[in-house]
Amino acid sequence: MSTDVDFDVIVIGAGIAGMVCAHQLARAGHEVVLIERGQEPGTKNLSGGVLYCRVLEAVFPGFVERAPVERRITRNVLSFLNDTSHLNVDYWDSRLAEPVNAVTVLRAKLDPWMAAECEQAGVMVMPGVRVDALLREGDQVVGVRAGDDELRAHVVVAADGVNSFIAQEAGVRPKEPIKHLAVGVKSVIALPRTTIEDRFRVSGDEGVAYAFVGDCTQSIAGGGFLYTNLDSVSLGVVLRLDDLEAKGLSSADVHDRFLAHPAVEPLIRGGELLEYGCHLTIEDGPAMVAHDLTRPGLVIIGDAAGFTLNTGLTIRGMDLAAASGMAAATAITAALKAGDFSDDGLSGYRAELDRSFVGADLKTYAKAPAFLENPRMYSEYGQLLAEVFHGIYAHDLTPRKHLVPTAMAAVKASRLTLSHLMRDGWAAARAL
Amino acid sequence: MTRLPSITERLARNTYHLDDDENHIEVNQEIARRTGTGKLLVRICPAQVYGEAPDGTISVNYAACLECGTCNAMAAPGALMWHYPRGGFGIAYREG
Repeated sequence: MSTDVDFDVIVIGAGIAGMVCAHQLARAGHEVVLIERGQEPGTKNLSGGVLYCRVLEAVFPGFVERAPVERRITRNVLSFLNDTSHLNVDYWDSRLAEPVNAVTVLRAKLDPWMAAECEQAGVMVMPGVRVDALLREGDQVVGVRAGDDELRAHVVVAADGVNSFIAQEAGVRPKEPIKHLAVGVKSVIALPRTTIEDRFRVSGDEGVAYAFVGDCTQSIAGGGFLYTNLDSVSLGVVLRLDDLEAKGLSSADVHDRFLAHPAVEPLIRGGELLEYGCHLTIEDGPAMVAHDLTRPGLVIIGDAAGFTLNTGLTIRGMDLAAASGMAAATAITAALKAGDFSDDGLSGYRAELDRSFVGADLKTYAKAPAFLENPRMYSEYGQLLAEVFHGIYAHDLTPRKHLVPTAMAAVKASRLTLSHLMRDGWAAARAL
Repeated sequence: MTRLPSITERLARNTYHLDDDENHIEVNQEIARRTGTGKLLVRICPAQVYGEAPDGTISVNYAACLECGTCNAMAAPGALMWHYPRGGFGIAYREG
């Protein structure tokens, strides 16, 4: 095999996964180039906005203090949204700030900071370059081609995101079934800091994360979200592609209707739209990750590999991206030391993942996507909850009933049966 | 927020580096029509890059593309050629 290389490792894509991986490799003393198609790192990157940040402390000590993050999430609201009602589970806990567990981020602000950290660690950051293809010698990936330029390395890391043309080209990922994918449509709306503190009952740099289910997506499988930043809020909808196709609705209309919903509009009233964006995301990470994660000379990490978990209550991608980048860096360091870049030489990657929380969590939540396919989650259950509480609070001068008969009457009036409730309850207990 | 601006007005507030020389999206009109992909693209694209003329031809305003890849994931085989714009071009998020 040719040992004539420009770098030890080429990392494609300056997202969380790619930057963490490149940073760790450079810190281990390897020559690393990080290629990014955006004019600057971060310009192509968009996330909903909640980053479970504990994992990043290991890579960037003092991350929460040093990085340009927005707010520390200490309040989580799960909102069952109906057409004209909603029921919220509102959880605030000061322990979520000590240590900081999750922060909101705006990627166009966070990612340039992370890229600067990479440069300081010795990574050569190469923005404004789109990788067009892999270079191969037989089965072995030996570099990349970008326009007329070729770069060679011992290992190429595909961190090129959910659409990963590289993973597809390498034959690792076939065209993804659309039920594994969802589109997120998001607006960032400016609000004065004092308005955010008053409106969302947060102080200092603490923040709130809302997850909405039900009418927010007009019964398309998926959900809505709203996260507070320092002086803006990020909000929008996530729509599973197979159901978006089936329901015949427009993604932009669903987004607009969510923002105009009577339970949502007051939260952004008076705000000014800063940016409208969208991003493809992964609904069934565990199914996607079941494919290979390496080819000789190639390692696939982050969204490109499918590392995302939607558990119904939490949506995680960036923390898994970081952990996969760390696992890949450890495995690649071992491969460089051994001079073995075959599948076998890179097999430490899967082993590292399985040892980390990534492998464990993907197993734990393997059944969550199937549970979340249940259409009752997006229509009937929110209605049922509202009916029960309506029965409790609406005093229409008829004689009151105990809670259980009130709930039973609500079930009877809905399209749900007791057997649905028992089956779905059991499935939820097993999946979530 | 009393009223959201139209999609066109919204996108006008975003930052783009427009590539005048290379269109990164191409629709195969015949396959798009036969498979229904054309109408689907018009509806699912959050940036409303795709439009349908009265004769059923699908127009592409690639300059508005937010590069999410939803169209590419949902199009029938052969109906759409979609890749990322050349390095440095396209959407440049300021918030993200």
